[in-house]
Amino acid sequence: MNFPADLKYTKDHEWVKVSGNTAVVGITDFAQKELGDIVYVDITTIGETVEKEQVFGTIEAVKTVSDLFMPVTGKVLEANKDIDSAPESVNSDPYGKGWIIKVELSNPSDVDGLLSADDYKKLIGA
Amino acid sequence: MKNTALYNKHVALGAKIIPFAGYNMPVSYSGLNEEHLTVRNGVGVFDVSHMGEFRLKGDKALDLIQKVTSNDASKLTDGKVQYSCLPNDKGGIVDDLLVYRYKADEYYLVVNASNIEKDWNWIKQFNTYGVEMLDMSNDMSLLAVQGPKALTTLQKLTDVDLSKMEYYTFCIGKMAGINDVIISNTGYTGAGGFEIYVMNADAEKMWDAVFEAGKEFGIKPIGLGARDTLRLEMGFCLYGNDIDDTTSPIEAGLGWITKFTKDFTNRAAIEKHKTEGVTRKLVGFEMIDRGIPRHDYPIADANGTIIGKVTSGTQSPSLNKAIGMGYVQTAFAVADTEIFIIIRDKPIKAKVVKIPFLKK
Repeated sequence: MNFPADLKYTKDHEWVKVSGNTAVVGITDFAQKELGDIVYVDITTIGETVEKEQVFGTIEAVKTVSDLFMPVTGKVLEANKDIDSAPESVNSDPYGKGWIIKVELSNPSDVDGLLSADDYKKLIGA
Repeated sequence: MKNTALYNKHVALGAKIIPFAGYNMPVSYSGLNEEHLTVRNGVGVFDVSHMGEFRLKGDKALDLIQKVTSNDASKLTDGKVQYSCLPNDKGGIVDDLLVYRYKADEYYLVVNASNIEKDWNWIKQFNTYGVEMLDMSNDMSLLAVQGPKALTTLQKLTDVDLSKMEYYTFCIGKMAGINDVIISNTGYTGAGGFEIYVMNADAEKMWDAVFEAGKEFGIKPIGLGARDTLRLEMGFCLYGNDIDDTTSPIEAGLGWITKFTKDFTNRAAIEKHKTEGVTRKLVGFEMIDRGIPRHDYPIADANGTIIGKVTSGTQSPSLNKAIGMGYVQTAFAVADTEIFIIIRDKPIKAKVVKIPFLKK
């Protein structure tokens, strides 16, 4: 499994790529493997400010459904529309084409509380 | 937690293993959709050795089977298989099972893994006939070789003419150099194929031989995940989801395996379900608006009144739409009726459809 060193991670198996006061959020390689084939992603919070660790959407796989949790407090700017027509990209390219939302950070310091790739690997025993 | 005789094979293949019915079982290998479509279009192999097998032997074996099962086992001849269920004494179902007639005085029952002990005890209490009962579950392995290329694959391994075997028949023969293999034209996928019963000691040899024979067709190992989506596309009931100790065979649409031409456990109560009607029925439905139904989601009518509950649901890999089964009040159990599945507190539109979802 692949966990790029330039990303930050959460215990809820999301990755965060921070640039300035915005961040891109997706699910990790580990998460996509656990969920199996993704059918669609439902983001119900576009335009809303969502607190860290609160639910910003859900992800439906063939066999299971999982909530998506905000890694940082912020405003949900947009969701990846391409996932609608190609949900398999979350499985095949979780850090690229399979990104899920873009967020405007309310507290840039939230980033300090996120996990490094090494910490995340330890968490999942990889 | 027990392992099947093929556990090491699954680990070596990189399977995702989950605990299921007391066993460590492979839930997926390469990915559910890919495995599912492999079975629909080619050939795949499931290790379903967790299933239970009982042998019933004796002059009165048929009498015992007739007493505990709902279908009419007297219709069986040597080499025939029958789908049936064990009614309980409360109007529900102890288990669903396959009944194999080997000879007039020797039958095999194949039961669900999670119910082995329950079924054994249930049947045993009715055995006033002196039938010799043997639980072979821990000694037998079961490979389900399923898909349109299953026959050609297996034919390479046996002199038995598989093309002459009708659906729901079996024989005992030599396959892959192994004697006394039970070759059964049955399955839980609707894709065609065979179920192969061997003793545990021969399981790995059979597994390897089947994979070698199926290589040219792109044969793949298939996990329990795809087993569930495959059976659901056919509208086959899964015990513990769609049927259980509280569901009547009549409610579950299993009237066709419930024969009132003979006596059986709790026949009177179930016959009443048939003649007086039932208040709920198991139906198939497909989602109209976006959402995937899951076990235990409530079902509502257009006014928001709860009318039932989802028992099974998934995104169908073959149909590329969300499908499910569930119990609804009888008035709603009519094709094309609009119903609503409550998904995370929101009613999502669906409609009742006839099963199987996947038409041939």
